Amino acid sequence: MGITFRKETFRDDYTFRNSPEHIRRFPFPFNEDAYMYAVNIEPHVVGPKGSVLENLIDVDEHYVAEMQDRALVLAEDPLRCQSLPHMTLAGWDLLELLMEQQALGYPEHFTLERDGDRWRWINRPLGIDDTFTFGDTSTLPYGPMEYITRQSQGDFCILDQRDGNLWMDAGMVTTQADWSLDFDIGMNFFEWHAPVPLAHEKGIFTRALKFLTNIQQGKPARRLNWTMTINPRLDTSPENYHKWGPDRATVTPENVGEKVHLRVELQSFWRLPRSNAIVFPIRCYLIKMDELVTQPKWARRLHRVIRDLPEELATYKGLTRYRPTLVEWLSKLDDGSPTSPGFGPD
Amino acid sequence: MAAKTIISRPIYGTLSPQPGRHHLFIADAEGALAITDMAGKAPSGFFDGAEIDFIPGPENRHLAALEALKPAQLHVAPSFASLLPRLKQTLTNAHMGLRLYLAGTEGLIGQAMQVALEAGMDHTSMQTEHRGSLARRMQCVHCKGITENVTTQPALCAHCGLLLLVRDHYSRRLAAFQGVCINAEDRSENPPMEEAFP
Repeated sequence: MGITFRKETFRDDYTFRNSPEHIRRFPFPFNEDAYMYAVNIEPHVVGPKGSVLENLIDVDEHYVAEMQDRALVLAEDPLRCQSLPHMTLAGWDLLELLMEQQALGYPEHFTLERDGDRWRWINRPLGIDDTFTFGDTSTLPYGPMEYITRQSQGDFCILDQRDGNLWMDAGMVTTQADWSLDFDIGMNFFEWHAPVPLAHEKGIFTRALKFLTNIQQGKPARRLNWTMTINPRLDTSPENYHKWGPDRATVTPENVGEKVHLRVELQSFWRLPRSNAIVFPIRCYLIKMDELVTQPKWARRLHRVIRDLPEELATYKGLTRYRPTLVEWLSKLDDGSPTSPGFGPD
Repeated sequence: MAAKTIISRPIYGTLSPQPGRHHLFIADAEGALAITDMAGKAPSGFFDGAEIDFIPGPENRHLAALEALKPAQLHVAPSFASLLPRLKQTLTNAHMGLRLYLAGTEGLIGQAMQVALEAGMDHTSMQTEHRGSLARRMQCVHCKGITENVTTQPALCAHCGLLLLVRDHYSRRLAAFQGVCINAEDRSENPPMEEAFP
């Protein structure tokens, strides 16, 4: 058994697709017909079989293609992966966490063998078989954070905890929704969230920080966030905004289903054992409108959410230019009937 | 004074004399007036243990007022870049208890703070006061080049030439505001440049 990894691209010819099983497991982020910020944090515990929560670190059919896309981004712009000097120990913590979780969830694809500090890591999908000394950076081809996050889906921010705050002091960020690690590195929790509208006034960040600084080892937490992306492009960085920004002007009633993608981030938060840092994986899931509306409940609900989204949020999420076209297209799939409670499809 | 906008944007105060024997002032242009205003509140002998590093700027004013304070050291520098080696040396050799005061343009305060942060000082322990021009130091998020003394909104990147929205989002590490392409989605849009940070 095991996963059949798709050969696909997130740039140029954009051959990314979801298989029918992956459409059903998509982490649809709306559990009601409207959206507003909330501190929607819950314990990150294992969920139903066949869902993205079946394992706490999810590996899916896009794994190999995503890792190839990450390598391309890093070759173009090495500043997407940075670690301030005091964060190396946290990098080793993260390497351990991701190797353990991937080997636990997907033993047919990943194997971790440990003999004291001598570790052997086998990553079959990427053809890697490395033996190294845990804690000795000279025995790996990259620093520990870069090494393991070149082999793990999603972006990763490592937050140092001090002075009652969290500091964005290391990260691997190549699939981000329009924020710059290079600019934000070294900032505290309030500073890097500064551009987010409305949420500061609602006290969202004060409460979220209180929750996050109290996270305990072995008790991770999670939340969902979302935006939209034109074309299945993982690298929607501000660095390259002048390259992907024009795509937003290309949406027409004819191509909405193919071009417009819902982009969902499964964010999780883990206490790291040696460094006491928090690692914050941001796992990105993409689904085009044509795929999403195969689930009638999602089509109806998404129509209502996008139609009624407050203007500030629509602007912040970059939807302004194509929102009317998208709402018009979705409205034809909304007969006005009620939607069932909860996130999942009917 | 600069208006308060978003949380990452620095907030400046008013210089006030701190307890201690060693005081380092870094100021440019009208920042000198923040120091002379503060001097009225300082105990006698305060400037016996003070060094003032001053960048007068093109108008070359206020030097006499600083001389009148009779600081232990008054160093005049033609630019921040020329001051930098001395400042790094001073901060590297500084003892615990050195008090740092930064006054003048945002670009001066930000760059001096950047050096002090690298030397291990905490930003909350520094006294700052904004005086003079509102001009911004801006990093282009696309090419990473820094453009000094940005006074318009939007502004041209001096390196790659993109037309940038000068955001309020600010990085102490870079000592710069973020500039993001303002017409990325449609290059035919050319919003007029207005004098926004005089």
